[in-house]
Amino acid sequence: MSATPNEATAYLVKGAAIGSGAAADLLIRNGVITETGTGLSVAGATVIDAEGLVAVPGMVDLHTHLREPGREDAETVETGSRAAALGGFTAVHAMANSSPVADTAGVVEQVYTLGRKAGWTDVRPVGAVTIGLAGERLAELGAMADSRARVRVFSDDGICVHDPVLMRRALEYVKAFDGVIAQHAQEPRLTDGAQMNEGDVSAVLGMTGWPAVAEESIIARDVLLAQHVDSRLHVCHVSTAGSVEIIRWAKQRGIKVTAEVTPHHLWLTDELVRSYDPVYKVNPPLRTDEDVQALRAGLADGTIDIIGTDHAPHPSEAKECEWAQAAMGMTGLETALSVVQHTMIESGLIGWDDFARITSRMPAQIGRLQDQGQPLEAGSAANITLIDPAARWTVEPNKMATMGRNSPFAGRELPGRVVATFYQGHPTVLDGSLNTPRTAEGE
Amino acid sequence: MSTSAAAPSPQPARVVLAEADIDRALTRIAHEILEANKGSKDLVLLGIPRRGYPLARRLAAKIAATDPGVKAENITGQLDVTMFRDDLKRQPTRAPLPTQLPATGIDDKVVVLVDDVLYSGRTIRAALDALVDLGRPRIVRLAVLVDRGHRELPIRADHVGKNLPTSSAEKVRVRLAETDSVDGRPVNEVVIEDRTA
Amino acid sequence: MRHLLSTEDLGKDDAVRILDTAEEMAAVSDREVKKLPVLRGRTVVNLFFEDSTRTRISFEAAAKRLSADVINFAAKGSSVSKGESLKDTAQTLEAMGADAVVIRHWASGAPARLAASGWIDAAVVNAGDGTHEHPTQALLDAFTMRRNWARINGTASPGTDLSGMKVAIVGDVLHSRVARSNLWLLRTLGADVTMVAPPTLLPVGVAKWPCTVSYDLDETLAAGPDAVMMLRLQGERMNAAFFPSTREYSRRWGFDDRRLQALDSHGLKETIIMHPGPMNRGLEISAAAADSPRSTVLQQVRNGVSVRMAALYLLLSGETHAAPATIQEAQR
Repeated sequence: MSATPNEATAYLVKGAAIGSGAAADLLIRNGVITETGTGLSVAGATVIDAEGLVAVPGMVDLHTHLREPGREDAETVETGSRAAALGGFTAVHAMANSSPVADTAGVVEQVYTLGRKAGWTDVRPVGAVTIGLAGERLAELGAMADSRARVRVFSDDGICVHDPVLMRRALEYVKAFDGVIAQHAQEPRLTDGAQMNEGDVSAVLGMTGWPAVAEESIIARDVLLAQHVDSRLHVCHVSTAGSVEIIRWAKQRGIKVTAEVTPHHLWLTDELVRSYDPVYKVNPPLRTDEDVQALRAGLADGTIDIIGTDHAPHPSEAKECEWAQAAMGMTGLETALSVVQHTMIESGLIGWDDFARITSRMPAQIGRLQDQGQPLEAGSAANITLIDPAARWTVEPNKMATMGRNSPFAGRELPGRVVATFYQGHPTVLDGSLNTPRTAEGE
Repeated sequence: MSTSAAAPSPQPARVVLAEADIDRALTRIAHEILEANKGSKDLVLLGIPRRGYPLARRLAAKIAATDPGVKAENITGQLDVTMFRDDLKRQPTRAPLPTQLPATGIDDKVVVLVDDVLYSGRTIRAALDALVDLGRPRIVRLAVLVDRGHRELPIRADHVGKNLPTSSAEKVRVRLAETDSVDGRPVNEVVIEDRTA
Repeated sequence: MRHLLSTEDLGKDDAVRILDTAEEMAAVSDREVKKLPVLRGRTVVNLFFEDSTRTRISFEAAAKRLSADVINFAAKGSSVSKGESLKDTAQTLEAMGADAVVIRHWASGAPARLAASGWIDAAVVNAGDGTHEHPTQALLDAFTMRRNWARINGTASPGTDLSGMKVAIVGDVLHSRVARSNLWLLRTLGADVTMVAPPTLLPVGVAKWPCTVSYDLDETLAAGPDAVMMLRLQGERMNAAFFPSTREYSRRWGFDDRRLQALDSHGLKETIIMHPGPMNRGLEISAAAADSPRSTVLQQVRNGVSVRMAALYLLLSGETHAAPATIQEAQR
């Protein structure tokens, strides 16, 4: 491998707007932002002209499916973390529904090590709540927390921890190491065979409906459980207006609940299902425009804390089939920034500081990542995403770094482009293209 | 060739048969039919939609006028040949029209197929196939208002209102009061238009 | 018309054209020679992912009367159930030169998927997909209704619609592709529709449908419908808490002898009773109702062949997409 200790290079980012604020220069050295100000000039530093660009803290995804181990035909840690870097992410949380399930220290350490080796982004494994995601017995949460992967987020994502006693125990138990349970809120009996949002469109299309109440009833139960045992609860991919209401109510009562929304639920609706194109099949399902508007409002007012991509790559055969046969999920890492810019920033609901909050600061805080989500100031770890907000590009899944071709935004023109991603001081992306991975210390 | 040269002005539609000419032609055909058949016995006139049918009715009326024993509606029918055409894939989809035979049927009858224009002969070929599925006439004859030549099959008409030498770039239009109107007025005429314009 | 996938997107002109063409096809079926040469040399594939002998036979008879070659592909129990995808099956049929694919599938939307995927160039006819639509059933139902409606009104049926007709559709609307296809088509043709069902067997979202919804069959019959269409109750519904028992279902939503007499006592001489078949006699319809002169069940079966002939003819006879740009004028 390269003998150059690439953190030794100094980078001077000149003239980027810092979030919603004024333009400034950022000096990056040894993985840290060492100096900020205007008119900085450093001998030997690689200068990056960032005039017209926006600098935000490196994006953190709390909800990514990297598929490895087990489904390397869909994605690998290498390809998924390349996609993450290109999408502006300096950390991603790899969901536990791999094969084998990430329910032991061994598996989470394997994923963690693969991420370190890849070097494109900080890969943080999520541990399963229950053994094999079976919803019956708790996995060894403590062992995963104590492992080299230092797992703090636990989730059976894809499957709901629907047993209320098991959920209660999990919420309580992870307090021992400041963990959080990220719940996939889906009442299983109410969604037996469900194919899409239950409503006007499902009635016409003759597809088994996925009622909003199946999500909302679990969230309502879980926030009450979290209150009862005074634990941290994170709600994955909130998709309905009713869920936003319940979470708003819970936050007003001081319950320690955080919530996430995916970029696709901020934009797309179940009207798209009329095409029967399985690229729009996702869990939770695309809802109505009323839900979309409520999710945007909830994200803007802080009821919903973060963007989580729920990046779910699938091999093409999993989507080139009948809707009912198709796998659920959409890719999202490489479109998240643009979709959020389109739905939230260009609609005037939030600014770039809020963007930094929902894509970096809050997800890092929920995941307890110490060196992520920090403000762009001297002394912070140099995790930085440089964005060209004026750029426009057309989504072409074949050109993406992810192996998944299942982008629901294919063919759409989106605003905003990641120009550079600095991961611990190293540019993994420069000029909008992959640069080099960061070589981990000691490897 | 200069592209700026003025395009040849489109040939105005040329009337080749006016209303009175059509009527005269039909009167003559009616007499020919009776002559060939030695009377009206077993005669059945089957018009091919759309304009062959009104022509068949007019012929039948003329025949009935000369022979009080004949009721025009009892010897007239319509034969739809859509399903028997060989060019369906080359044409816009067309819905079939009803086939209606006189109550006497066509078995052992003298069937006169009636159409407006005889051109390639393919319609008549289709009509002969359609007839076979409906019964077994003793004789089948063909009467057309206009024969414009350019046959693609060994088919000829027994009774022709007018032979019209045409070029294949021309289009022969038959307009009948029963099916056509110009400016809201029913018309009876046969015109030739230049299609190259 | 490139495909026939649903009645929801079927315009009134196309619908009436199919029904009118079916009238001509019905006339052919009454002849001694019941065959037309129109689809000679064309290949129609019946691709059935779900058993339905009746529908398959009806399509097969229709295609054969038009002289098409028919290939029956029962995907159930074949390589398809062993993991071969719809895509591979479609491409196989394409390679065999299928001109039309009549597809029956347990999954809603499978025909639409087949038509839009680009995997196959053939015309796609939906022969029933999941709980979505069954357009040829609705067309044959409308054809049957139109003939009766025209007879009552003393008119000829070609060219007409169903304006002013009142139709009640009764039973498991939630899971019924027949109910959905009928609703859209009947509305397009100008009829008024009432859906009668237990609340558990109506979809969430039915309030937005262009129909009246009733939980009370007796009330609906008293309002004087011109046609009552009974839907088949699938066996698997009986154990899924949609209703307490089949006995209770029959009593409240079945067309029993008492309701047959009620039609007479309401003075509804001309009201017809329809059923798409196969019937559960004694459950959603009593034997007396099924066999009464009001019943159009056998007419529906007969009309099914005519309507499917019309659909296949109209889909396959037009210009092919590969046709040259200059269309020769229809000159005789």
